[in-house]
Amino acid sequence: MTNQQLQDLINTWFENLDFTEEATEFLTVTVPKENLHELAKKLKSDKQTQFDYLFCETGIDWGKTLGVIYHLRSTSLKHEMVVKVETDDRENASIDTVCDIWRTAELHEREIHDLFGIEFNNHPNMEVLILPPDWDGYPLRKDYVDEVNMIIR
Amino acid sequence: MDYEAQIQKNQFRTEEYKINLGPQHPATHGVLRLNLTIDGEIIKRVEPDLGYIHRGIEKMCEYDSYPQIIHLTDRMDYLSSHNNNEAVALAIEKALEIEVSGRVKYIRTIVGELTRLASHQLWWGVMGMDLGALTTYFYGFRDRELINDIFEETCGARLTMNYTVPGGIRYDIHKNFVKRVKDFITHFKTKLPEYDQLLTGNIIFEKRMKSVGILSKEDAISYGVSGPVARGSGVVSDIRKIKPYSAFAIQDIDFKEPLYTEGDAWARYKVRIDEMWESMKIIEQLIDNIPEGNIKEPTKAVIKLPKGEYYQRVETARGELGVYINSTGGKSPYRMKFRSPGFSNLSALEHMAVGSKIGDLVAMMATLDLVVPDIDR
Repeated sequence: MTNQQLQDLINTWFENLDFTEEATEFLTVTVPKENLHELAKKLKSDKQTQFDYLFCETGIDWGKTLGVIYHLRSTSLKHEMVVKVETDDRENASIDTVCDIWRTAELHEREIHDLFGIEFNNHPNMEVLILPPDWDGYPLRKDYVDEVNMIIR
Repeated sequence: MDYEAQIQKNQFRTEEYKINLGPQHPATHGVLRLNLTIDGEIIKRVEPDLGYIHRGIEKMCEYDSYPQIIHLTDRMDYLSSHNNNEAVALAIEKALEIEVSGRVKYIRTIVGELTRLASHQLWWGVMGMDLGALTTYFYGFRDRELINDIFEETCGARLTMNYTVPGGIRYDIHKNFVKRVKDFITHFKTKLPEYDQLLTGNIIFEKRMKSVGILSKEDAISYGVSGPVARGSGVVSDIRKIKPYSAFAIQDIDFKEPLYTEGDAWARYKVRIDEMWESMKIIEQLIDNIPEGNIKEPTKAVIKLPKGEYYQRVETARGELGVYINSTGGKSPYRMKFRSPGFSNLSALEHMAVGSKIGDLVAMMATLDLVVPDIDR
């Protein structure tokens, strides 16, 4: 499917989604976090999209909020797209997990949980993966300061 | 008689307990710790515990300039160091819309394939060693040394080469490069069949590999595995074919993507052996035709990427390396993410291992070809 066809199809599922192709090579859709799980499920199961391969899951600090970026590919139909989701705030950041849809997300989400402090609802195991259990703070957030271990020029 | 029935008959009870595999275990090839829950010798759970070599490379990138970032990527998957460098350089060139010369593309591809060969030689050596065949280790390292010597002559380093810079390569190839690469190919073509004689046809080895660590095609896709692991399960995943880059984009290079459908350790082993033949085929097609051209396109002294998001993929020896750059227009990225092949491949390990024995876990890890700094980053 071309990007335009994908956009038209997704628009028939959900209203008022924010699409962009600016400054990126992929069709990018920003989805409210309430609709993330439903959209992800549809993207994987629908005959016309079949996004079965989650090849990259990135956490990001947007300043006021945190976010997650999903890079998707269909191994059979060969098209690709990007889904973005934003949390409500920094303090109680939480997003639904997609690891029941793409199983690779399980480890990726644990990594994002460690480094950004985003909770993934319904995730089977949210224990720390990379950091020591007693670590304080979320290192990849922009406001993280570690005067001992960081060299800031 | 199966295990459960035997327990019933003999009336003895077993209980689950936990043991650590690693972080200082020779079969984990680095500081990977696996928390195993086992019952007798049967694995019930595998929980990876990472972070023993986590250096926060993604955080460091947010404070470094783009040319500096290239140096950091050497230290992720150190056996695919050139491919990692190339991925970042390609992402920067994509953002700045720099078109490098054909000469640079050819040289990058040849060095990239040599890196893949060296990585697979080392993998073959240590994989044999993991399963008790020590001789393979010396064979693998003997042949890998020749490639390292070629790198040393051309760019001064043997492992973390830093040969690529944004806009080109650091130096032109050494005047002996072409001859030495050809000599190596001639030499290795006689040695690779020896690998098969020593290990591939060995009945003990075959029995330890076949039907071990099976990953079906559906699971391989769902777990996001890539590279030889995906190809062992029949998933078409070669970035060189899906999203051609460097010389693959400008030249019609004849090479196969080896695919096996069994999805077991044996299939992954065969994929890598086949890949070594294919890499030699690629180098042979390129080595005589390196075009003339600039070795570096001019770039500004301080590289600033335009605002936007950039994603670049390359095929390293372990699979698909993705570089995600989110730039706000500054001299450092706002966010840099490395989608490392090792991390995604590791996520499939528990699924493969549950229900098998500890000895088989070593065979599975060997054929996943884990490089721990690549997983931790």
